[in-house]
Amino acid sequence: MAKQMTGAEMVVQALADQGVDTVFGYPGGAVLPIYDAIFHQNYVKHVLVRHEQGAGHAAEGYARSTGKVGVLLVTSGPGATNAVTALTDALMDSIPLVCLTGQVPTHLIGSDAFQECDTVGITRHCTKHNYLVRSIEDLPRILHEAFHVARSGRPGPVVVDLPKDVQFATGDYNFVKNITHKTYQPKMKGDLDKIKQAVEMMAQAKRPVFYTGGGVINSGKPASDTLRELAGLTGFPVTSTLMGLGAYPANGKQWLGMLGMHGTYEANLTMHGSDLIICVGARFDDRITGRLDAFAPDAKKIHIDIDPSSINKNVKVDLGIIGDCGHVLEDMVRLWRSEARKSDAAALSEWWKQIDIWRKRNSLAFRNSKNVIKPQHAVQRLYELTKDRDTYITTEVGQHQMWAAQHYHFNEPNRWMTSGGLGTMGYGLPAAIGTQMAHPQSLVIDIAGEASILMNIQEMSTAHQYRLPVKIFILNNEYMGMVRQWQELLHGGRYSESYSASLPDFVKLADAYGAKGIRCDDPAKLDDAIMEMINHPGAVIFDCLVDKEENCFPMIPSGKAHNEMILADVDQDIGAVIDEKGKMLV
Amino acid sequence: MTDIASLSPYSSATVRSNAERHTLSVLVDNEPGVLARVVGLFSGRGYNIESLTVAEVAHAEHWSRITIVTTGSPEAIEQISHQLERIVPIHKVTDLTLHGRSIERDLALIKVAGKGENRIEAQRLAQAFNAKIVDTTLESFIFELSGKPEKIDDFVELVRPLGLVELARTGIAALSRGPVAS
Ligand SMILES: Cc1ncc(C[n+]2csc(CCOP(=O)(O)OP(=O)(O)O)c2C)c(N)n1
Ligand SMILES: [Mg+2]
Repeated sequence: MAKQMTGAEMVVQALADQGVDTVFGYPGGAVLPIYDAIFHQNYVKHVLVRHEQGAGHAAEGYARSTGKVGVLLVTSGPGATNAVTALTDALMDSIPLVCLTGQVPTHLIGSDAFQECDTVGITRHCTKHNYLVRSIEDLPRILHEAFHVARSGRPGPVVVDLPKDVQFATGDYNFVKNITHKTYQPKMKGDLDKIKQAVEMMAQAKRPVFYTGGGVINSGKPASDTLRELAGLTGFPVTSTLMGLGAYPANGKQWLGMLGMHGTYEANLTMHGSDLIICVGARFDDRITGRLDAFAPDAKKIHIDIDPSSINKNVKVDLGIIGDCGHVLEDMVRLWRSEARKSDAAALSEWWKQIDIWRKRNSLAFRNSKNVIKPQHAVQRLYELTKDRDTYITTEVGQHQMWAAQHYHFNEPNRWMTSGGLGTMGYGLPAAIGTQMAHPQSLVIDIAGEASILMNIQEMSTAHQYRLPVKIFILNNEYMGMVRQWQELLHGGRYSESYSASLPDFVKLADAYGAKGIRCDDPAKLDDAIMEMINHPGAVIFDCLVDKEENCFPMIPSGKAHNEMILADVDQDIGAVIDEKGKMLV
Repeated sequence: MTDIASLSPYSSATVRSNAERHTLSVLVDNEPGVLARVVGLFSGRGYNIESLTVAEVAHAEHWSRITIVTTGSPEAIEQISHQLERIVPIHKVTDLTLHGRSIERDLALIKVAGKGENRIEAQRLAQAFNAKIVDTTLESFIFELSGKPEKIDDFVELVRPLGLVELARTGIAALSRGPVAS
């Protein structure tokens, strides 16, 4: 049932057919026909950002909080290059995005025309796939294929580069709902024999642990539910990466907290001491494993991942199962039940006794103060005062991000939006905007650092334009705290260029952007100030002045193993703990 | 210069040592940019390319075959194969070296210039190696030689002192032995 329309109309029609209700974008010469098509319809809402990087992160926040594909629309040249950081961020964290870029007309490609850049060349390395549409005949197929590739398998960003003449051209539009791609066919179901083997290994295990990641979130809500069921059936402890928080509830009995560089003592020592690691949708990244040759020395490893290249990439595993973790977990639950499997109860109870000893170490503890707000305390109060609400949290990158991961607790998936793989400062505010667009009635909070927030502060204007009541909670330590911490630990306390000099007055800045500004530096007044923020119907910038030189612990120093982590109150020269090899690492 | 990678505790020593040479046969959709994707993957992830050939092999289907010779530990080569499989327009990646025995051929054009004894010796060697003479002047030849890459290496080394001027090679084309597709 082909319909005649222009390329620009096809773009908007395809968005509608894909169920896209919101697009984040910024106009320019090479996308004017598409903006004209947007003008003529009411289905797709366009959100005008203030920088294309913001459009990308907003689309990521939208995608991560809904499970849908996020869409951004940018012009050629600088529009496309400005989107590159967000595309790379989405690639690293497996976030489904479709990025539509304008391009100069096909006959000008290669002539260094005004605002021409080699978008497919530039974005080849930071997308899952990209397309340059050379003719109107290819456009409908490519548009729908782009969504298919972005959302299926291991999700990721896809760029569709649209020359202006193709936008103006007229052709037949078709919507094929179920695409089977001739080369791209990700494997969803895991190999049943291998899953049987995994279940057997789990029944035999004496010191098992589930190590889960962002893949569980990406697979969708049912995967999180099934993970909970399997954890319940087996009684095994559960830890997660930064990206996987919320898949297993933080208030669950078997929850160990996050693992890795700033993970809890119990999570890291459980990994180190385990005899079976069941890795679900995580990728043995260097922030997680620490020193590779000392990583979980006694553990057999099962790795469930939809991307075959993730398996055996960093850590050699004993059993790799390729498939969507939701499907594989479901098969595991079914087999565990039908084969009437039982965990080794005696061994498991010993294991839990050991874990409880590690838990008692209370590794997230910090010395609180009556005089100055401790950043951990601020996050704890924020959590206590918002936990019973419908809340979404985004973050920037730095110490505040780690404190948020440690002290804010997530009981549901899709509630936590953070830049994990790329670690992009400036992610949090646009991501909050995207999240708020998707959840207009919810409380959306960006836990920020004073340095990071300035990287995309212009998006306050976007929040103002669309009356988005996002709350920016700045843990203002007047330092690029994470950089300062590393300089303290590794570079003799020489704080080279890590002081946040000449900061704006964030309260006045809020005012300038039509938002409410709140400042608090008194632990006694913190709760009231947070309540004032929550109860304000519009956007808020909360300048929370915290202890300037607090360090983020626990910490596995670079190049060290899980059982060599530093805890908060260890009274030693930490610089001496990290050797020359460790200093080479980031 | 300090080799940062060798200092890094993250790269285990085993990844570096037992390097093997593998031939990968990659069937791709012949769309614009597909070669750039493959080559970009190798440079971006720091893999080696010893030889790379590409040409269309099925016109109607728009398929090309890219044959890549690479070196690395068995783990690294497995990783390369999987990374290649992630590229959307790639149909199939076959590690011919793992696949059993395969036929590998390289083709070279070799220009040799000289007079007298050297010229006669070059011609004699060409005969022994089954090289064809495809161009000749009174003082030069271009030989065409195809075969296993080592055979071409041997021939080139033999004619080098006789007046080797220049050399062009296609790189390796390879298929698995036997009746079925690899
Ligand atoms: C775009 C970008 N540039 C640089 C860095 C390196 N970096 C990581 S954390 C950090 C400091 C962040 O400071 P702030 O936002 O104040 O957070 P804090 O650590 O103080 O909580 C920097 C510069 C980065 N992650 N992203
Ligand atoms: Mg700071």
